[in-house]
Amino acid sequence: MSPEERQMWTTWVRERAVGALPPEKLLPDRQPSYVSSWIYVFGVATIAALIVVVASGTILGLKGPEWWHVTGIGRFFNSIHLWAVELFFFAMVVHLWGKFFMAAWRGGRGRTWATGAVTFLVAIGAAFTGYLSQQNFDSQWIASEGKDGLNSVGIGSFFNVVDFGQMYTFHVILLPLAVVALVVWHVLLVRRHGVVPPYPPKAAKPAPPSPPPSSAPSEGSAP
Amino acid sequence: MSPVPSAPDDSAPWPGPFVRYDLVKEFVVALVVMAGLAVILTILFSSPDDSPTTIQSWAKADPGDFLTTAVTELNGTSEIAEYGPPYNDTPDATQKIGPIDLQSWAGVKIPIDTAQDYVIAPLREIPADPRLKRSLAVYEAAPVKLQEAWAAAYEEALPKARFPRGVPVLPAGRYGPVAPMMTALLGLAQSGGLDGALVAGNHRFYQTNYTKPLLFLSGGEYFEERAEGQHLLGTQWGMMNETGSYPGQVWLWLYTFWYQIEPFKESPNADALIFVLMGVLSLAFVCIPFIPGLRGLPRHLGVYRAIWRDHYREVEG
Repeated sequence: MSPEERQMWTTWVRERAVGALPPEKLLPDRQPSYVSSWIYVFGVATIAALIVVVASGTILGLKGPEWWHVTGIGRFFNSIHLWAVELFFFAMVVHLWGKFFMAAWRGGRGRTWATGAVTFLVAIGAAFTGYLSQQNFDSQWIASEGKDGLNSVGIGSFFNVVDFGQMYTFHVILLPLAVVALVVWHVLLVRRHGVVPPYPPKAAKPAPPSPPPSSAPSEGSAP
Repeated sequence: MSPVPSAPDDSAPWPGPFVRYDLVKEFVVALVVMAGLAVILTILFSSPDDSPTTIQSWAKADPGDFLTTAVTELNGTSEIAEYGPPYNDTPDATQKIGPIDLQSWAGVKIPIDTAQDYVIAPLREIPADPRLKRSLAVYEAAPVKLQEAWAAAYEEALPKARFPRGVPVLPAGRYGPVAPMMTALLGLAQSGGLDGALVAGNHRFYQTNYTKPLLFLSGGEYFEERAEGQHLLGTQWGMMNETGSYPGQVWLWLYTFWYQIEPFKESPNADALIFVLMGVLSLAFVCIPFIPGLRGLPRHLGVYRAIWRDHYREVEG
């Protein structure tokens, strides 16, 4: 590589990205042997549910906020959206509890936990604005009650839950973008630092003499 | 717990065996399962969609409650009229956290003059009613004390009102122009005109801001009674509920929980205190990895041994 190429911003970004996450680490086909519990499924289940949420929400958004009130097919997609949200939170809560019990922040994985926790909090905001955007009695009541909490600390002056236009924008654009960006960041951190290993056993046997296969990453990594 | 043989380096590469793990296949299966579950739940339960309360439906169903709310908006004694920021600057109306008054610091950013916005301005839009115009002129020309006396007398008499064909008939009293004004406002509301007038009050065609009509609705008992029937009140853990028998926002259980117990339950500052408490707890939740004691708690709980039971069975024999 020529000195000019080395000075290119594009080269710098590519080398940093590939150095941090080489392909075999970004998408490995092997995992440490301890990755053998159902609890590991809930992370990917959360992402799968999020995709169903975004896909159904996109259809609802393309047709406009009135559509689902007046057509059967609109109601169907609204129901998909609702239940996908419930599944998303269920999977995410199980995932978070699992990671808590594993103390999954060990070994320099604090940011991985923090991005997951922030994703949970931002997702609550996304769901809340969704309830406010329904244009039915639920929306009216949740807005009339929710305003008091936000007004009491001054947030209501800027985030007005009884303003449908503002809440709809937050729900269909700003907060989904934030959730998706946080999930991407979280997954990249997981890939970079790998799945946290178990606590040491009470009375450890000598480690089995089994070196990692050649295709395995040089460092423990998992979903 | 027995002592740990050696201090582990949890960031070091895993020295033990690896197994095949098809991440892409796992993702595709998860996507199919989640989409399938969402479809099954949709077919079984659909989703709630209770129609919104309109000012028209309220004025028709409970004209007495509508007029009680409207007259308190007129004389400035309604919940919104005395709310404080961000709607107005009513003294001592804000919630505080000790000496800190965040509600006042934010200021009046969504100004609402309840008498003008909810009563006088909509009445001005009613055309060809000379009697109403005279009533409005008399009301606005009167001293504030007299305005308040008329409205107070009207409010006091409302429980004895009858509504033959939806028109209010009150016992004789000194209501001044307030009685014809309220009759006209009720007629406007029952026709559906007030719903539109409150949304399009600034004469714009397109509108997405329902602040005024929704705050007006929330001042009436009719709105609250409907919510109570759907188990949505704060005392019914309503913050996490939705209409019908649906799970709602169950993830707000902790936020809702604080409203059910003292000292928050009866506190006039409950909203502010709980908001700040949840903010602190949320921050702690995010920062668990960096909080001594809390970050080591999972080791003492021991649940990890169930999660990694295959691993420990292998290494401990």
